[in-house]
Amino acid sequence: MSRHRLLGLLAGLLWETATAQAPEIHGFLQAHAAARLGGVECAPETAFDLPFNEQRLQLKLEGSGLEGSLDYTAKLDLLHDATLNDTDLDLRELYADYNTERFTMRAGRQVVTWGVADLLFINDTFPKDWVSFFGGLPLEYLKRGSDALRLDLYPDFADVQILLADFRKDRLPDSDRFVLPGPDISAVLDEPSELEAGLRVSRYFGSWDGVLYLSRTHYRAPALSQITGQWRGEFPRLNAYGSSLSGPLWNGVLSLEAGYYDSVEDRDGTDPAVENSQTRLLVGYSRQIAEDTTLGIQGYAEWMHDHDAYRRTLPVGFSERDELRTVATLRFTQFHLHQTLHLGLFAFWDTSDNDGYIIPSVRYAFSDALWGEVGANLFVGDRNGQFGALRDNDNIYATLRYAF
Amino acid sequence: MRYATTVIRLAAGLTALLGAALISAATQPTAEEIVTRSLETLYYAGEDQRARISMRLVNPQGKERRREMTLLRKNLGSSGKQRYYIYFHAPADIKRTAFMVWKYPAREDDRWIFIPAIKLVRRIAADDKRSSFVGSDFTYEDVSGRDVGDETHRLMGEENLDDRPVYRIESLPKTKRDYSRRLSWIDRKRNLPLKEEYFDARGELMRTFNADEVREVDGHWTATRRSMRDGRSGHRTEVVYEEVGYDVGLTEGLFSERYLRRPQRQWIR
Repeated sequence: MSRHRLLGLLAGLLWETATAQAPEIHGFLQAHAAARLGGVECAPETAFDLPFNEQRLQLKLEGSGLEGSLDYTAKLDLLHDATLNDTDLDLRELYADYNTERFTMRAGRQVVTWGVADLLFINDTFPKDWVSFFGGLPLEYLKRGSDALRLDLYPDFADVQILLADFRKDRLPDSDRFVLPGPDISAVLDEPSELEAGLRVSRYFGSWDGVLYLSRTHYRAPALSQITGQWRGEFPRLNAYGSSLSGPLWNGVLSLEAGYYDSVEDRDGTDPAVENSQTRLLVGYSRQIAEDTTLGIQGYAEWMHDHDAYRRTLPVGFSERDELRTVATLRFTQFHLHQTLHLGLFAFWDTSDNDGYIIPSVRYAFSDALWGEVGANLFVGDRNGQFGALRDNDNIYATLRYAF
Repeated sequence: MRYATTVIRLAAGLTALLGAALISAATQPTAEEIVTRSLETLYYAGEDQRARISMRLVNPQGKERRREMTLLRKNLGSSGKQRYYIYFHAPADIKRTAFMVWKYPAREDDRWIFIPAIKLVRRIAADDKRSSFVGSDFTYEDVSGRDVGDETHRLMGEENLDDRPVYRIESLPKTKRDYSRRLSWIDRKRNLPLKEEYFDARGELMRTFNADEVREVDGHWTATRRSMRDGRSGHRTEVVYEEVGYDVGLTEGLFSERYLRRPQRQWIR
């Protein structure tokens, strides 16, 4: 089933329900801008001083029909991007739910979030928007919706989720807004047309939440290769198998997550363009350390399989990645003034590459409807690392949102 | 296994009966008994409870914020275990956010939050008894209750408060809390606290609770208007229970991740 047919089906469903009952309309007006810190040489097409300067109106429409067994949601952003001098309609979500006692079916563009890790992703293989994230937009813009058909079943022993989705790629930093190392490659991207599938099974074990995840998907960043002088990008197949467990420990929350990435198209690790198979592990712990103050820490490890094969086939001039990549994160959150003032700090530190990413933020709610946030995205350390590579993109940002 | 559980329950039931007999034999209830009954009336009334709640948060300059929510509570038998579910209707920015609490009598609660913008269910650290509930002057503990054994209680006397006969009780927390002394005025007939004052270590008044309106709903005395005032900042929170019902038929299954993500419309109106 193509994504157009899936959306067509949904549009029909929505029309049926929209005529049933008056929907509720909410949304927000939001202005967001980010200014680059420091000066570097950059390509003429790159927005240098203000890589982000956008205003958007989000309209959220929610309603129901068929005596409550059908719900629908539409979230549409009307976006004015002053940086790229562009106006766009961004369909964030558009789905209908059919609810019964034993199952729920959700069809359409929807956000799916899996896993227990905080800003590190193991079993959440769903599309992300890293451009928005590195530019300081609110967290919800990190997640891109999937065009999917999702069935949630509720047998006694567990909750079971089955997902069929069209492929959607990650939105990755490009030279429109980012100063990136290496030559600017323009490649023809070949997106997979087959449906992806996911299975999630979860249940409580006393106070613990246990979850199993299976995904038959694709990498969402392109694997680039040069064929007769022309760069091409493909999205290699990926199977991910994993599990997570979270529960109470010493008045805090312990989170464990593990995943095995089976890189189907490079199982022996000899194709330098395609990621090798990996094992990913995460341990996280968060607890309240004082009134209205929470601290969260995570340790993450990514073990590359077939590292010898990777080294043998790595083209000359490319910096070598370690067999074991380890990342530590810290999240600090504090509320003041009856929770109208939020102080936040999130920091990644990659102990293998010696680079990091620090996001301090301050948010103030002027009223129930209006909040503003200022913050920064700071990349530090070795330029060969994933975060260090973005070192010329340090920015401070400001967001103002009026919700209605 | 089932047999053993039954025997234990039976034994617990017998103890409770014996306890009740002892209480009726005495003329004056002890401070512990008064506090136990008031906690039961305030937090355990009925098998379950549904309430539509409106909260007004007012800062010293008179600026207002509002929270509209539905609260669902279910007692799991007489074990003391409870399930709570709180769904936010307003303001628009947090609409559809939901909290779920599995409350245990003698250990930390399990808590989850559903964040609708990213469709995420996250477990939250539960050691937040002292933390403000959604920015109000009420703490999490004020919303979902404390254990009688968390404090030592002393009956200070009997008096009248707004023409109601009350017991005046002093309670001192056994472990460190945000307050170091609490005075409560508990209605002698209806068992509800009509007023509470929380003091810090220097004896300064921190917070004052008032049950501003008490009504009998489905046979249970209920504080349908309550307020908490921060004595130091002047910030105050007024709460109105707009719709309250007891024994409405909530099932244990409602308090699960499934309904955290998609609340059952029947209960969330």
